[in-house]
Amino acid sequence: MVSRLIPVREAILAGAILVLLALVASRFAGFVAPANLANVFNDTAPLIILALGQMVVILTRCIDLSVAANLALTGMTVAMINVAMPGLPIPVIIAVAIALGAVMGAINGLLVWKLSIPPIVVTLGTMTIFRGTIFLISDGKWVNAHEMSAAFTGFPRAAFLGLPVLSWAAIATILVFGVMMARTPLGRSIFAVGGNPHAAVYAGIDVGRTQFLAFVISGALAGLTGYLWVARYAVAYVDIAGGFELEVVAACVIGGISIAGGIGSVGGAVLGAIFLGVVKNALPVVDISPFWQLAISGSAILIAVAFNARAGKARGRIILKSTVAPT
Amino acid sequence: MSDSTLQARPETRHVPDRLNSRAFRTLRSWESLLLAVAIAIFIVNSFASPYFLNVWNLSDATFNFTEKAMIAFAMALLIISGEIDLSVASIIALASTAMGLAVQYGAGTPELVVIGLAVGLLCGAFNAVFVTIMGLPSIVVTIGTMSLFRGISYIILGDDAFRGYPASFAWFGQGYIYWVFTVEMLFFVIIALAFGVLLHKTNFGRAVYAIGNNPTGAMFSGIRVQKVKFILFLLTGLMSGAAAVFLTSRLGSTRPSIATGMELEVVTMVVLGGVNILGGSGSIPGVVIAAFVMGLVTFGLGLLNVPGIVMSIFIGLLLIGVIALPRLWTMAANRRRG
Amino acid sequence: MTESGSPVVSMDAITKTFPGVKALDQVRLDLYPGQVTALVGENGAGKSTTVKILTGIYRPDGGTIRIDGNPVDLTTPNDAAASGITAIHQETVLFDELSVAENVFIGHAPRTRLGLIDRAEMHRAAARLLDEIGAPFGTHTPLRELGIANKHLVAIARALSVDARVVIMDEPTAALSHKEIEELYELVETLKAQGKAILFISHKFDEIFRIADRYTVFRDGAFVADGEIADIDENALVKMMVGRAVDHIFPARRPTVAEEVLQVVGYDHPTEFADIGFRLHRGEILGFYGLVGAGRSEFMQSLFGITRPSKGVCKMNGKIRVIRSPADAVANGIVYVPEDRGKQGAIIGLPIFQNITLPSLGRTSRNGFLQLAEEFKLAREYSERLDLRAASLDQDVGNLSGGNQQKVVIAKWLATQPQVIILDEPTKGIDIGSKAAVHEFMAELAAQGLSVIMVSSEIPEVIGMSDRVIVMRDGRIAAELSGDDLRPETLVRHAAGISTPAPQEA
Repeated sequence: MVSRLIPVREAILAGAILVLLALVASRFAGFVAPANLANVFNDTAPLIILALGQMVVILTRCIDLSVAANLALTGMTVAMINVAMPGLPIPVIIAVAIALGAVMGAINGLLVWKLSIPPIVVTLGTMTIFRGTIFLISDGKWVNAHEMSAAFTGFPRAAFLGLPVLSWAAIATILVFGVMMARTPLGRSIFAVGGNPHAAVYAGIDVGRTQFLAFVISGALAGLTGYLWVARYAVAYVDIAGGFELEVVAACVIGGISIAGGIGSVGGAVLGAIFLGVVKNALPVVDISPFWQLAISGSAILIAVAFNARAGKARGRIILKSTVAPT
Repeated sequence: MSDSTLQARPETRHVPDRLNSRAFRTLRSWESLLLAVAIAIFIVNSFASPYFLNVWNLSDATFNFTEKAMIAFAMALLIISGEIDLSVASIIALASTAMGLAVQYGAGTPELVVIGLAVGLLCGAFNAVFVTIMGLPSIVVTIGTMSLFRGISYIILGDDAFRGYPASFAWFGQGYIYWVFTVEMLFFVIIALAFGVLLHKTNFGRAVYAIGNNPTGAMFSGIRVQKVKFILFLLTGLMSGAAAVFLTSRLGSTRPSIATGMELEVVTMVVLGGVNILGGSGSIPGVVIAAFVMGLVTFGLGLLNVPGIVMSIFIGLLLIGVIALPRLWTMAANRRRG
Repeated sequence: MTESGSPVVSMDAITKTFPGVKALDQVRLDLYPGQVTALVGENGAGKSTTVKILTGIYRPDGGTIRIDGNPVDLTTPNDAAASGITAIHQETVLFDELSVAENVFIGHAPRTRLGLIDRAEMHRAAARLLDEIGAPFGTHTPLRELGIANKHLVAIARALSVDARVVIMDEPTAALSHKEIEELYELVETLKAQGKAILFISHKFDEIFRIADRYTVFRDGAFVADGEIADIDENALVKMMVGRAVDHIFPARRPTVAEEVLQVVGYDHPTEFADIGFRLHRGEILGFYGLVGAGRSEFMQSLFGITRPSKGVCKMNGKIRVIRSPADAVANGIVYVPEDRGKQGAIIGLPIFQNITLPSLGRTSRNGFLQLAEEFKLAREYSERLDLRAASLDQDVGNLSGGNQQKVVIAKWLATQPQVIILDEPTKGIDIGSKAAVHEFMAELAAQGLSVIMVSSEIPEVIGMSDRVIVMRDGRIAAELSGDDLRPETLVRHAAGISTPAPQEA
């Protein structure tokens, strides 16, 4: 019973991250200095935010492959708004980014909910549509640092209590999700819909609507990240965050979110993202070519999924009574 | 023809073999709808650009889809069986890298082809082991191997590229069989026919449909489900290896970023071809027509100087549109009736 | 009943149509406070549809539902809950990944002032409810750790967590043991005493006569009669149910002594069964009786190669056969008609003829290539032999009724010309008419020399059809009975383990 209280998967993953940090520290002690760790966290913040959005979608038995394209389109849009209206205050920019992202998420959600098109098909399609739309609105041109206002690019890097705003955005998202998943009817519905959609109907939960909301949440977070990303790197172009959707899914899988829905946790998604972030930042430090990163994250996905499946494998029904002496 | 059985047991209930004629069904099928779309695009294109109806241009246009379609045929079977392989483009990268590496050690054209196909097969087997023997979900496994396979290419190549393929190797991706007909077209036709026969005319194909509709039921019916799926992953890997041979031959060089994003185009082609992404139904003729539709759209828009990225909007809309429109239509019809 | 006065819930002229089927045609149903109303009817009579309408899952096409005389619209499950209607469904509709308390309260958890779920209050309230029904587990337990009977208690607690005036119980005892059923009856009495109206759906007549106060009979989606249980007897109720008097007679059989076909020795599985051994002869029907969950299906699936025994030998016609997969079993002449038709039997999405020929493709094809004419010939032969009712052989098997799907599954296996056919609950969920046909057919098969193993939980069926019966309990063979020992009491006593000295098989 007691072992149930400690989430086993998360503990193992956290252990793996600590071992990884120890290994890196043995070669280069500076890596585990608090300032550097804060840097790694800041660098991983977008992945954490998107992984939490993706987690909600995957929990409801869907998948959102359009997050990176959503991020890029939102990022380009707010960058262009900033160029056109440099005086627009940052809170308005953020509100626009979140709203725009949410609208794109809602498009995915509506297609899944109202037309029952499989999510993988929907988001495959909207992924290319969103990406193409960036080209249409920008004419393929870049928005560069010197065109953006100082307030626009400065916000995510502004330090607050020693951490950049970007990191605080990730922390806030983690906290909100912690409360939302555990303590709100929507959070519990998301688990219920993914765990047993049939039963959810009987419990008065609208499966399609819950999936729709999951897509809206994922989209809104992608929108928020879109602004943070473009402002942080101070550049917007068609291909930003290309292929990032797979890294986001990878973070979820490594974090133990079951692709079949219903199983997963906020802690898992965050740790999965941090694992990938640590790997990415550690490679150059220990003198391994960054070209290894892709293969390592691929292997991590395979190991994680194999491990989680083994842990959750259904055993045979227990019919024999242990008290009956074998003949 | 069953009159004799009727007379033999007069009280037996006679159940006809078929209700609708085959012609009637064909007319109402997804494939016919898609064919109409293809013809419409063809007509629009020939009006939109004076260069469209040039046979050499049309011949060039086939390169837009032949390599992808080769993988799509194998992928169609895989998706019908209820699995998916998102690592196909990465298999191309790894197979192409292996070929490039072999060139550095002086491999000739026959060796290159064997190496390309063998690497494809091995990658397919790797996926198959995880999915069929370890019982893991294929979407996650192949997202993993998608990173892993391409990752290995990056480790080997980094920022570099392999060049210096032998001149005779160019035949696959740049050669012509006769007049405007390319070598790739020939292989496209052969592979389409082979997969068409495999899916629609053999016991193996029937097993694929049975597994896609109800894997448990298929297993309870004595079908070796995991074996069939294993073979399907092998075939998908093999076809990715073949596509790697053609693509590498056509480009004449290998970079680790080769064929990036092609897995999504292949899946789009399969779904556009009427294959149910959830498994159980679909046809090879459908995928063939979808290949032409995608090729024609890309080519036609290209002639109008529309950039590739904007074409992808069109492909994305097509993918969602062809699935959404019939559903919207039924919904509207139901509402009117209700 | 003059005292109870007016009904709490009253359904009037309710109609519900699905594509091609009229599930309910102008039915009526009244539920009175403090009384148990049994809804009686064959499968397909419209009972489940009625439950789904009352709980807001389906919307009726016509008619009115009144609560305390006022017409209401039960559009969603939440509307039904708000109107005080709650249900314990046939299947467990719960969530494995959530805790017991969350399962009880999902959809209507108590909230704090901030609008968040009040966990402390939720666990307190859940503990109170579980206490009331005597559940032996905590509210923090994840549901996946509970057994079927305990899950049922969670479902009951969930039903009671709504301030319900009407409790619907849809075949609540189907998966429960004797003791658990007794506890359920006590609970029903408690609910009655609290003045709740109870709708009780069951196929078991002893149960209906024991706890129901009133009855309502549906047949083929139409209302037949209602009244008080005290005014009616079992025969009359059956007559109303099926529209004719049914005196089910099992086909007469002459047990013959013939050569041995199958011998199983010492089959063991780590958790599901142990030490299973028996012999089966040509033309014999061997019954397997036991309580639900006694390990019968698990053993059969192992014999068929779905799961692997850890130990044990299987001999066909005296030769040892290693069966590692269903394909091996079919190749050796053993076939299995599973209990779960929709998932394990028919392949919904494929046409009838392809279902029938699936395991026989080796015979109908040439060099691995399909020959449709041969397939249709084979499919036609067996579908006619089984008197299949279908529009055409290329129709999707999913469009057939349960009984006809079962015929397709049996046809599929007969077409492989097996030596041993295992039928797992062959008549479960089939109407009385089809049942007799299946029994008739089983007898015919045995007479033709096929060896039949029949797993069944219905005592009349087991006794009526079997030459010999093996009773299983807790994964082991408890007894092997034949001749005069084949009596209902003996079966029940061995199955429940209440026979005087524990029978120790060698």
